[in-house]
Amino acid sequence: MIEATGLRKQYGDFTAVDGIDFAIEPGEAFGFLGPNGAGKSTTMRMIAATSTRSAGDLRVLGFDPETHGPEVRAQLGIVPQADQLDEELRVVDNLIVYGRYFGLPLDYVKRRSEELLEFAQLTEKRTARVDGLSGGMKRRLTIARGLINAPKAMLLDEPTTGLDPQARHVLWDRLFRLKEEGTTLVLTTHYMDEAEQLCDRLVVIDKGTIVAEGSPAALIREYSTREVLEVRFGSARNGQAAEAMAGIGQRIEVLPDRVLVYDHDGEAAMSAVHERGLSPITSLVRRSSLEDVFLRLTGRSLIE
Amino acid sequence: MSESMPTRTLADAGGVDHGAVARRSRTWGWWFVAEHRIRAMRSYVFSWVGLGIGEPFLYIVGLGFGLGMLVDANQGEQGVDGVPYIVFVAPALALAAAMQTAAQENTYGVFGGFKWFPMFFSMGGTPISAAHIVLGFQLSVLVRVLLPLTAFAIVMMVLQLGTAGGALVLIGIGLLLATAFGFAVMSWVSTQTDDRGQLSFIERFVVVPLTLFSGTYFPLETLPLLLQWIGWISPLWHAVELGRTALYGAAIEPAMLLVHVGYLVAIALLCCLLSIRTFRKRLDR
Ligand SMILES: Nc1ncnc2c1ncn2[C@@H]1O[C@H](COP(=O)(O)OP(=O)(O)OP(=O)(O)O)[C@@H](O)[C@H]1O
Ligand SMILES: [Mg+2]
Repeated sequence: MIEATGLRKQYGDFTAVDGIDFAIEPGEAFGFLGPNGAGKSTTMRMIAATSTRSAGDLRVLGFDPETHGPEVRAQLGIVPQADQLDEELRVVDNLIVYGRYFGLPLDYVKRRSEELLEFAQLTEKRTARVDGLSGGMKRRLTIARGLINAPKAMLLDEPTTGLDPQARHVLWDRLFRLKEEGTTLVLTTHYMDEAEQLCDRLVVIDKGTIVAEGSPAALIREYSTREVLEVRFGSARNGQAAEAMAGIGQRIEVLPDRVLVYDHDGEAAMSAVHERGLSPITSLVRRSSLEDVFLRLTGRSLIE
Repeated sequence: MSESMPTRTLADAGGVDHGAVARRSRTWGWWFVAEHRIRAMRSYVFSWVGLGIGEPFLYIVGLGFGLGMLVDANQGEQGVDGVPYIVFVAPALALAAAMQTAAQENTYGVFGGFKWFPMFFSMGGTPISAAHIVLGFQLSVLVRVLLPLTAFAIVMMVLQLGTAGGALVLIGIGLLLATAFGFAVMSWVSTQTDDRGQLSFIERFVVVPLTLFSGTYFPLETLPLLLQWIGWISPLWHAVELGRTALYGAAIEPAMLLVHVGYLVAIALLCCLLSIRTFRKRLDR
């Protein structure tokens, strides 16, 4: 339902999105995972027909966004990275005025707003002014707003960035429900756990190009080991300790603050480290995550 | 979660026809923008009505009677432009207020719409177009400007300055002026991406000087020729000439009537197109 080939965006000399291909199926939850400046928001804006692509082909829900912006936007629910709510209006009025932009009749929009307030757990706040809401509430309101036109697909640009863990879980739950009901979700994130929780399939994007694609589990299988041992020796000694650990596990990655040992059996790797007479300050065995995939693919951590 | 959730899904809320949505937005987008802004104005309306009635009354009484006494004493029987000073100055005050209100709304509303409360960007995510945003915004400004204009008209009728019909026509002239000046301000402000204090220039270096040199408080001809050109390019002067003719039948050549109206319409059209171009560029990121 959304298909891109060779999609590019230039800002002057700078290439923000450098020829990417992807195809998103109906009902799917598809993610763009990447660090700051990777080109995630730019890609989302091109899909949303709010930014004209510089090159490549793009079809969204049956239309070319460049020539049929209104037709594309009529079918989409957009949740931009910044909320862009009308802070002077009351919560419910934000939904009403937004619904009117879709030419929906006032009584319909009013009815639907109440449903969406319930969905977003904001019924109690319906007459509050937006500028008094918490960050999580604003985010939920923005998502509710994006649903006013019963969109075929939701574009969510970093839906939970800046929220506390509890607020994030509430949001994830709402998004799960949408997905269960058959809404296609397209989201960007730089949180691994979010991508793992929500996405059926994702692309890892770095400096405007796609570096890997697949389901979270498949990506972890392909680019990482089942478990990871994290050991810390203090920032000055990590490098030296890593040399002493050479040969343990399948791969060793040295970060400024810790050493990562990739192995299918983390406990075994830990014993091997101790056998070599090394005693880390802290150690931890965990399952591999998309963070490790990203590190493997780009040599950098996702959140600097 | 909650038991009262409707059983039909949120995704398909009783069949929204997306094709019809796109068609309606292509036609009526400008109205939805105005509707939004008017809804937002509702919370200010009471303070505006207070100010809106109070100000015209103060201006007309203060300037018209106060200064008028002095002027009329000097001018003798023939007054200014053949009428008492208060009648001469009233339409100009009304129009200057319309211009000032349009300028303010277009300065802070337009800059804020891109920057402080980036409403234009969220509108851009809906099916409506940049042209709709520009047109709908200006329409909402006209609604706002209607308030002082109506108040001035009422005060003129109560004080029996000129004819009642003229006072009504003056409202229309005020709206035309607000459209022209509003679009002019919008076409510049929409190109500004950072506020380094230049926004206040419009009030200080454009609105105030134009108000002073557009034949508002005294006939343009009393100025030295060297300064009269300010009046000729000033939308306010053109509107004021029309306004005086409307209110008390000030003599005017039919050709000049066309020039005044044509000038205001031309500015409105040109600046509207420029604004649409800028909005389109800025919204396409
Ligand atoms: N309007 C613009 N003009 C010029 N450069 C831009 C513009 N928008 C984005 N860029 C640049 O394009 C690159 C990609 O930006 P984008 O916002 O798409 O990144 P992102 O992946 O969404 O990052 P983040 O995680 O920080 O939101 C960045 O280097 C950014 O500076
Ligand atoms: Mg972004």
